[in-house]
Amino acid sequence: MKKVKTLILRTAGTNCDKETAFAFEQAGSEVDLVHINSLVAGKNILDKYHILAIPGGFTYGDDVASGKILANELKFKLKSQLSRFVKKGKLIIGICNGFQVLVKMGLLPKIKKSNDYQIEATLSLNDCGKFQAKWVYLRNDKNDKCVWTKDLPEVIYVPIAHAEGKFIPKNDSVLETLRKKGQVVFRYCDGNGVLSGYPHNPNGSVDDIAGICDPSGRIMGMMPHPERHISYLQHPNWRRSPEENNHMGIGLKIFKNGVNYVRNHL
Amino acid sequence: MKYARVEVRDKKGIYDAVAEGLKTDIKDLGIPGVKDVEYVQVYTFRGDFTKKALTHVANEVLTDKVSQESHCEGGFHKTSARNRHVVEIAYNPGVMDPVEESVRKAIKDMGTKGVESLSTSKKYVIKGSLSASQLEKLTEKLLYNKVIQHVVTHKELQKELESYKFKPVEIDIINASDNKLKKISREGQLYLNLTEMKAIKTHFKKQKRNPTDCELETLAQTWSEHCKHKTMMGAIRYNGKNFKNLLKETVMKVTKELNKSWCISVFTDNAGIIKFDAKHNICFKVETHNHPSALEPYGGAETGIGGVIRDPMGTGRGSKPIINTDIFCFGMPDMSQSAVPKGALHPKRVLKGVVSGVRDYGNKMGIPTVNGAVCFDERYTGNPLVFCGNVGIMPKEFSTKKVSPGDLIVAVGGRTGRDGIHGATFSSAELTTESESISSTAVQIGNPITEKKMLDTIIEARDRGLYEAITDCGAGGFSSAVGEMGENTGAEVYLEKAPLKYEGLKPWEIWVSEAQERMVLAVNPKNLKRLMNIFKSEDVEATVIGKFTKTKKLRLYYKGHKVSDLDMSFLHDGLPRVNRKAVWKPKKQDKKVLPRKKSDLTDDLLKVISTWNVCSKEWIIRQYDHEVQGGSVLKPLVGVENDGPADASITRPLLNSNKGIVLSNGINPSYGDIDPYWMAASAIDEALRQIAAVGGDVTKTAILDNFCWGNTEKPDQLGGLVRASQACYDMAKVYGTPFISGKDSLNNEFNMGKRTVSIPPTLLISAIGVVDNVRKTISSDVKKKGNLIYVIGKTFQEMGGSQYFLVNGKKGGVVPRVEPKASFKTMKKLSSAIKKGLVTSAHDCSEGGIGVALSEMLFSGGLGAEVSLKKVPRLGSIDRDDVILFSESNSRFVLEIDPEKKKDFEKAMKGIPFAEIGEVTGGSKLLVTGLNGKIIVKTNIQALKKSWQKPFKRLMHEES
Repeated sequence: MKKVKTLILRTAGTNCDKETAFAFEQAGSEVDLVHINSLVAGKNILDKYHILAIPGGFTYGDDVASGKILANELKFKLKSQLSRFVKKGKLIIGICNGFQVLVKMGLLPKIKKSNDYQIEATLSLNDCGKFQAKWVYLRNDKNDKCVWTKDLPEVIYVPIAHAEGKFIPKNDSVLETLRKKGQVVFRYCDGNGVLSGYPHNPNGSVDDIAGICDPSGRIMGMMPHPERHISYLQHPNWRRSPEENNHMGIGLKIFKNGVNYVRNHL
Repeated sequence: MKYARVEVRDKKGIYDAVAEGLKTDIKDLGIPGVKDVEYVQVYTFRGDFTKKALTHVANEVLTDKVSQESHCEGGFHKTSARNRHVVEIAYNPGVMDPVEESVRKAIKDMGTKGVESLSTSKKYVIKGSLSASQLEKLTEKLLYNKVIQHVVTHKELQKELESYKFKPVEIDIINASDNKLKKISREGQLYLNLTEMKAIKTHFKKQKRNPTDCELETLAQTWSEHCKHKTMMGAIRYNGKNFKNLLKETVMKVTKELNKSWCISVFTDNAGIIKFDAKHNICFKVETHNHPSALEPYGGAETGIGGVIRDPMGTGRGSKPIINTDIFCFGMPDMSQSAVPKGALHPKRVLKGVVSGVRDYGNKMGIPTVNGAVCFDERYTGNPLVFCGNVGIMPKEFSTKKVSPGDLIVAVGGRTGRDGIHGATFSSAELTTESESISSTAVQIGNPITEKKMLDTIIEARDRGLYEAITDCGAGGFSSAVGEMGENTGAEVYLEKAPLKYEGLKPWEIWVSEAQERMVLAVNPKNLKRLMNIFKSEDVEATVIGKFTKTKKLRLYYKGHKVSDLDMSFLHDGLPRVNRKAVWKPKKQDKKVLPRKKSDLTDDLLKVISTWNVCSKEWIIRQYDHEVQGGSVLKPLVGVENDGPADASITRPLLNSNKGIVLSNGINPSYGDIDPYWMAASAIDEALRQIAAVGGDVTKTAILDNFCWGNTEKPDQLGGLVRASQACYDMAKVYGTPFISGKDSLNNEFNMGKRTVSIPPTLLISAIGVVDNVRKTISSDVKKKGNLIYVIGKTFQEMGGSQYFLVNGKKGGVVPRVEPKASFKTMKKLSSAIKKGLVTSAHDCSEGGIGVALSEMLFSGGLGAEVSLKKVPRLGSIDRDDVILFSESNSRFVLEIDPEKKKDFEKAMKGIPFAEIGEVTGGSKLLVTGLNGKIIVKTNIQALKKSWQKPFKRLMHEES
């Protein structure tokens, strides 16, 4: 079987790197944790990998705005390596802080086709004004575009842990395009998959958006943490319904989708 | 340009949560006139740069163009106008500004040149009609804390911190009179008593010289109560009994006697170490950060958690922090603003500040906070308690350390500044109305990202074997870290080599500064280059500042001048022993104190469940990341809607193993007023009950003690401390639970001029255990209609200090006791029944007794119940329903049992008091039948949950 290689990007303040690595390993990938300084120093390191994962954390302390300083660093220091990576059809996933980074450097949603990364959306302070850790339901709107969400059940259960997760598109036309082109991947909903605002939408995100992908479907970002739900033991209520434990650990499917895509297409 | 300001604010139409929160707080203060608040982030640049460069930075980095707008020329609303008040807040000179470093990095990444320095400030534009005094009040109460910040009054020029030129300073002590000695101690904020000052005088007389300022500061720090535990380790005469060393004859003695093979290192390293599995050990430490949190709740709590995280990092040759726990004691959060004593902050402000400090540091370190507690008592108003704990895991071969002469002393992490001078000595002082002005250098704010990157690189260096020993710079800074590491060897340090945040520090300030995020390593010179490369590769600063020697002397130099030459033996063993007197007069405990009999207790149950101590702390818990690292398998909130209270937490630190760490705490300050002995016994029982309730193994559990007391120079206060220590010995001996680490914080008093308020004697017990298979553990929420409800453990009439007495305005009564043998038996049987799968859910009875425990299980599980009090195992003479429902007797549990397992369960419980008291019903009703067969509680789980959640929702204006 083809070897799949994933690079987990680390820098000061990254803190979900180990569990994200574990999730990719469980999904069948080889994984390296690489500090951004090594990536900047070596010209071609990224070329060796199929998947780039930017994990959760508080890179550079969320100073100025969450993800901003790392986004700036990637944009000014690693743009050519990254562009090459994307052009080759490889995969990128950004989770929580990683999502913030992708949006703030313009790699998501990337509606405009240009070599310049445009800022088309943002993730800002939750409406409640503070960090929130809780489990949320996400509706995965059926679309065959995003490679990461293939065959997921309609509603999945995963935790969020963020202060700045309120998704705001730059304007109505960005939102319209996201919807029309199938770039909205996850929406916050209730247990039955119904969009129902706060508290199910925990941060006030526009249109309940929790995750999006780029037009190719290969780059995805989401605020919730699928890597924190890859085993039923991580589900808050595994003790309440043991008969359903086989269906728990749903987050793992997302990582498997990425790894399988590489096996079949790259 | 030499100077420029960039201001950033949210665009119109974007919901500004910061401003909205502030508006609510202003209303809370009783200021009605404010119509709107606007929040503006300000960046001030200095150097030599072009306008184009500045605009580029503003647009690319400082402004989120989707939601924000910026102004690069002077800013929005330059000055106040009618009904528009502008207040700008900046950090005081010398206080670290974490954003500064990040923005500098971003500018460097962009290739922009010319910015020499930058600072940030926060600007608030408050719209509405306000008097000058109202504006002043809201500024002081909500916008800033003068300990670390100030109101910007005019366009500030860069404040030059003075430079320092070396001048030798000796303090004339060998000729000083007693009065002079006292004065030297007081004015130098040394907090040494006369006996100690005299010992120093005698020592230096023999040397025929006076001490330098640096030597005196080193002695004061090393001999501080905080570092030496003079009282707990001192001699005490108590009710005719003589203790040579209270701690060694109680808490530490029991550990020695129990001699558990799984205790790897106790009371020696920065945290206590126990065995986890064949390849790993875990370590645990809990500390307080009370006085700094009283003055500056955010910074105090932040550096509290930041400091305790460095303890496991500095244990053995370093462990990886994996769990945080936090316990707080505050004044009443709904007290009126006018009742707050001068010099103290309002308890709600303290609470919000402490919670956000712990949140920001813990979350940014990527460590889950899975366990905690909050207690309220008006006596904590001027002196809140902030306990922070951390658990670390390490491959077992890293559990030891050894310093050898010739090893280099390497300082890693943050730079040294004037922040945190005298923290160690200050913690032994009484807080007064003046503390905020005289002790402000003791307070710091932290930078978790500096600590996080230091952690990442230290673990890397550890795994490659590049250093021999490590310890953290906590209280006392380099002085304590190097002093302790070099105790058996000797050390010399070149103080000018320590990287500084800014110029102007005197040698002794560098030496005792408690600037955060620093650790010290002992490095064999042959490994130095490889070690330094690791730090450099991830932008962590590391510097050789000296070396360990074999002189048994502590020698410090500054630019070639010798500023200290102390014998290690005098430094560590020269402290005169404290001799104190302690007395204890038992209080009369009257059984007859009881509220009048009532035929319906529904209202009492709803009231008890909504006291500040019992009510839901979800508002706090949700601000802590309890899932990071992926190991949480029993979370702090449980049940159908993830909002019920859990007992102990369970964490699976290795994601490919089912072995777990069970963590809990016990704290009952309200019992200490009656008898600190039973308060301590109850705290131990409570911590262990929670371990047993989830299926943990009490026989594989270790505990930690944290004593917080008032002024122990008062014999009755000290008497209480002795009794609590005795209880620690007596209980732990029977349970077989060794103490592995502990701390004490004395002098927790607030002096208001005429009156001194002492905190209630408070002992926190933290428990940590290992479970072999997390899949066999249970939670506290009821699971299924038709299941049976049992109570195990015996109920006594022990209502003293209970929540039922609190809501009925009763004082006194009988305090809950512990019968450790019976309790241990109950817990052991429960643990083993859970392991066999005989118990569906379990919850321990603590504050609010059976009534609260049962209610919590039901509303968490979303099901009702019908129970009768008749069969509840109890002392025969008890004939009152309220006593059975609300007595806080220890060692009891409410359990949910599947009827199919009834027989096996009852067989397993043989030999301990147990009874089936009812069953889980569908629907949502709770019906409790009293002794006379009549219904005494009739309510539903929605009402119970609502009452339980109400206090915080109302306090924080989150009622739906």
